[in-house]
Amino acid sequence: MSVTLAATAAALFAIGTYLLLQRALTRVIIGLAILSHGANVLMMASHRRGVPPIVGKGDPSTFSDPLPQAFALTAIVISFGVTTFLLAMAYRSWVLTHDDVVQDDLEDRLIGRGGIADKEVADEREIHDEAVRERR
Amino acid sequence: MNALLTLPIVLPIVGAALSIVAGRSRAAQRAISISVLVAMTVISIVLLVRVDRDGVTAVQAGGWPAPLGVTLVADRFSAMMLVVASMMLLAVLVYAIGQPGAERHHVGFQSVYLVLAAGVSLSFLTGDMFNLFVAFEMMLTASYVLMTLGGRADQIRSGMTYVVISLLASALFVTTLALIYAATGTVNMADLAGRMTELPEGVRSAFSVLLLVVFGIKAAIFPLFFWLPDAYPTAPSPVTAVFAGLLTKVGVYAIVRTQTLLFTPDSRSATLILVAAGLTMVVGVLGAIAQGDVKRILSFNIVSHIGFMMMGLGLFTVAGLAAAVFYTVHHIVAKTSMFLAGGLIEHVGGSGRLNRLGGMVTTAPVVAVLFLIPALSLAGVPPLSGFVAKLALVDAGVTQRSYVIVAVAILVSLLTLFSMMKIWSGVFWSPADEEPEVRSRVVGPLGGPILMVVPTTVLVALGVAMGLAGAPIWALSQRAATDLLDPGNYIRAVLRP
Repeated sequence: MSVTLAATAAALFAIGTYLLLQRALTRVIIGLAILSHGANVLMMASHRRGVPPIVGKGDPSTFSDPLPQAFALTAIVISFGVTTFLLAMAYRSWVLTHDDVVQDDLEDRLIGRGGIADKEVADEREIHDEAVRERR
Repeated sequence: MNALLTLPIVLPIVGAALSIVAGRSRAAQRAISISVLVAMTVISIVLLVRVDRDGVTAVQAGGWPAPLGVTLVADRFSAMMLVVASMMLLAVLVYAIGQPGAERHHVGFQSVYLVLAAGVSLSFLTGDMFNLFVAFEMMLTASYVLMTLGGRADQIRSGMTYVVISLLASALFVTTLALIYAATGTVNMADLAGRMTELPEGVRSAFSVLLLVVFGIKAAIFPLFFWLPDAYPTAPSPVTAVFAGLLTKVGVYAIVRTQTLLFTPDSRSATLILVAAGLTMVVGVLGAIAQGDVKRILSFNIVSHIGFMMMGLGLFTVAGLAAAVFYTVHHIVAKTSMFLAGGLIEHVGGSGRLNRLGGMVTTAPVVAVLFLIPALSLAGVPPLSGFVAKLALVDAGVTQRSYVIVAVAILVSLLTLFSMMKIWSGVFWSPADEEPEVRSRVVGPLGGPILMVVPTTVLVALGVAMGLAGAPIWALSQRAATDLLDPGNYIRAVLRP
């Protein structure tokens, strides 16, 4: 495995991971794209180097291994398709919220605060308010 | 024999294409999907019978010999999973047609659903690691679309989490494949099984853990489960049902397949899997108890029950694996029927929140029964299938003297019962706490359209039958587990010249 390719893959993984941890959706998507490039570069680096593997042109023992190239090509096509879908979703999210930030899970926050306790407080307040209204 | 292995993958893809062509007529689309899934079910049953009689069968796609081309393999475990999966897909499709919602309003539902079916079959039948990656992507891409059908704000929010985490897992999968290919020069599973033993022990353990993480994200094992309870509940009910029943189980299948075929079990990996299994069970069920929404409770329960399947694998004995196989089959049936019943609850009550529902035992008694039976089955109450599965697991654990995990499993079963009873008392037994936003709909004696109730009833009945007459399935699970622990037949069938 060549050092240049390994270093490139490492750098892409680092950048991708950093971007993936941001709260802005566009950064997350770019991060994912870069991360999958890193994986593809690693895939390309995993095979024997040599001349283009075309039967009848040259000595088969000097051929490069075509299999990882096919793998990388498949992976590129898949990540291209899914990135497009993600961009469409990010656009939809922007249309709905006018914001580029990843939204929190409301239900989680509710339970985190103790949804039951909140409800009891609300009930008590309602009873109190009703009593006040009746006194008037 | 060749056709039996290729048709479950080719038929749904052709069906999906035809379904796009027939986009103008919903009736034609429905006819295509239903006939494809019926054919798939029949073919997979024939395949299971043949594989059980003749042993492992392999087909080299395109006629390329084994380590070079893509291999399709069926052994007892994959054939069993295929049978259950195609039955679930068929039942859920009928339910989706009956439900007013996703299927009626989206022209693409049927074709995307069939692509999902093709992805699921390919994951079960492939004998090639890269092809497994492609199968996962097919299945996941279809699931992204199904999950966000409708494009509501909450669906986009949770769908985003789901897509991003799945893509991260895919990138990690490609990375792992690159490393495996660099180390061994092959991605054919049977070929890999031989070459793995030539690698140094450290490299082998690293691959084992990497694959466990990659598939662990899809299977939602601790600590990689957090996306699931967030993502699943927002999808339309039939979609959630098929995800809950199948997608995580495909992850479990991949874990079982790779850990038994590629790596020789040792005490360290067994301990790792058992610890992850125990934590998955406990964290999942505690999460379920904390929730206040039917689908979210059920989603956390999925996580918890993945732990039971992992426990069976972590024991690495025939009894343990047989229990894991049986548990997986039981769980696919029970969980899908639970989510279908959950969809009926939402259909009748207009909401899934426990504090807005109530008294449905009188307003919709059929739904109550359809919910209660799989709920008790999941908790492990005899004579239902969950009891057989849990008894087998506990028995296997005690034989292995793994008392801690057995204790955890029993405790978690009790807590599962508690979380189910939380739904039962909230939805069916007690009056509603709050004034419902949407008044309970006037429903017929069944509690929903007949096309929604019938598939749910069939699945519930299947679950009961698996408990009452589970002996043949249990014997089959044991034979499947014996095959898994002795992969010689599998390797010979694939690499045979």
